[in-house]
Amino acid sequence: MHDKQVRRRRAVLGALVVASLILLTAYFGESPNSPLHTVQRGIVEVLSPIQSGASKVLSPVRDVAGWFSSTFKAKSEVAQLQRANQSLTQALAQAKYAEFQNGQLQKMVGLDDSNNINSYSPLAANVIGRNPTLFYQTMEVNKGYDDGVRVNDPVIGDKGLVGDVSEVGPNFSIVTELTDDKYAVSAMIEDGAGDTGVLQPAVGDPNQLLLTSLPAHDTQIANGQLVVTSGFQDTTNPIIRSLYPAGIPIGVVTNLNQNTLLNSQEVQVSPDVDLQHLTVVQILTHPMATTERASLP
Amino acid sequence: MSDSSLHLPLRIALLVFLVVVIQTAAISQISIFGVSADITVLTVMSIGLLCGSMYGAVAGFAIGLLIDLTMVQTLGVTSLLFIPIGYWSGRLRELRDPSHGLVPLALGAAATAAAGLGMTIIQFLLGVDAPVSLLLVQQIFMTVLVNTLIALPVYHVVRRFLRPALPQDPRRRRRRAYTTGGLSPLHRPSERLGPISRPGS
Repeated sequence: MHDKQVRRRRAVLGALVVASLILLTAYFGESPNSPLHTVQRGIVEVLSPIQSGASKVLSPVRDVAGWFSSTFKAKSEVAQLQRANQSLTQALAQAKYAEFQNGQLQKMVGLDDSNNINSYSPLAANVIGRNPTLFYQTMEVNKGYDDGVRVNDPVIGDKGLVGDVSEVGPNFSIVTELTDDKYAVSAMIEDGAGDTGVLQPAVGDPNQLLLTSLPAHDTQIANGQLVVTSGFQDTTNPIIRSLYPAGIPIGVVTNLNQNTLLNSQEVQVSPDVDLQHLTVVQILTHPMATTERASLP
Repeated sequence: MSDSSLHLPLRIALLVFLVVVIQTAAISQISIFGVSADITVLTVMSIGLLCGSMYGAVAGFAIGLLIDLTMVQTLGVTSLLFIPIGYWSGRLRELRDPSHGLVPLALGAAATAAAGLGMTIIQFLLGVDAPVSLLLVQQIFMTVLVNTLIALPVYHVVRRFLRPALPQDPRRRRRRAYTTGGLSPLHRPSERLGPISRPGS
């Protein structure tokens, strides 16, 4: 009797492990349109309304926890933000002047004014799920292709870039965050020279990004400089996305090390957006809206 | 199969579903010390500890699969991690029947650490092309810490949810043992077993 129980227990354990390995192997080698992926999307489609409802019901719990977390974080950031405020006030004055100049120059060369987010048909979406593991930096939102969302659409939050759409269903989308290891975007440092590189995350460090492939020559890069999307498209490296409007804030340069910059041509960037506390995002549903923005007379 | 024998699997199935929905819709969006708590691994551990190795392994597989499905991850990865966690939690109950109230806390910490390290190993085997950073280790450590803090409440909620269907609640079993005198440490073995007959006497 005991032997039978032992054999049964081991058989069940073995069957479950084998089933997991088969799923893993089959899924890993499949294309995105294969049966397992289709089944997965179907199940997410069914569960998405439930998750959306649960997200709304549980939002007070989330808000209370978020309030405590934000309060502790805010206290530790007061001095740093006061310093940032001073430098940003100066930057604002310069930007105002540049905006005035830009308006005049646009009129001169006949450019339209589509460099604002509204021209990319932004679509507001609620975050209804997040990934609990370290290695998948993704979130689920409650808008899908029925609302006009497509794969690779850029996603922005209240403070800047969040990521892009990697999977889409009728009523849900999976957003790959800019801290996911599969993510990369061309970005520019606002250092006067406009040094451009590829922004990539470091696994296990969602608070830091790496801006790599920077120019090897002497640069004017300094801590605290703003990093934005460059809107640049590199035809030699398809991983560099080209669908992003230029000028979306990403973060600021931190922990600048001149030796690393000279030897590896990379700097650390702290993202502006607080991915852990995002509840609403905007999906730019027409990312190519301004491909032919310039219309010279 | 009788209704009573289906009672426990049905309750576990409902618990599995609820836990995954709550984890993805709420818990994973709450940041504590920069990380999110993971009640899924604690639930697998609790089911194993309360219901045994078979239920633990099956619940681990189901929760892992549901997470992989809902979060559009590589199928099978989380299941592969959670099966041994559920199984070995159950084996601990079957072999040792631990009675100390802090066992779920220690086991919760161990299970979370195993899940974190296991996920790291599997991801690197699958080809995540990024260096291991100290902060990754730090994050695993912080997740273990946070999960350790919530391990006991999660265990008690799971026990409360499954108690009506549990054939032998460990506490009830121990209470019964004490009242009947069967396993009480206050009785010496000789008293429990009766007079020992010695050869030749």
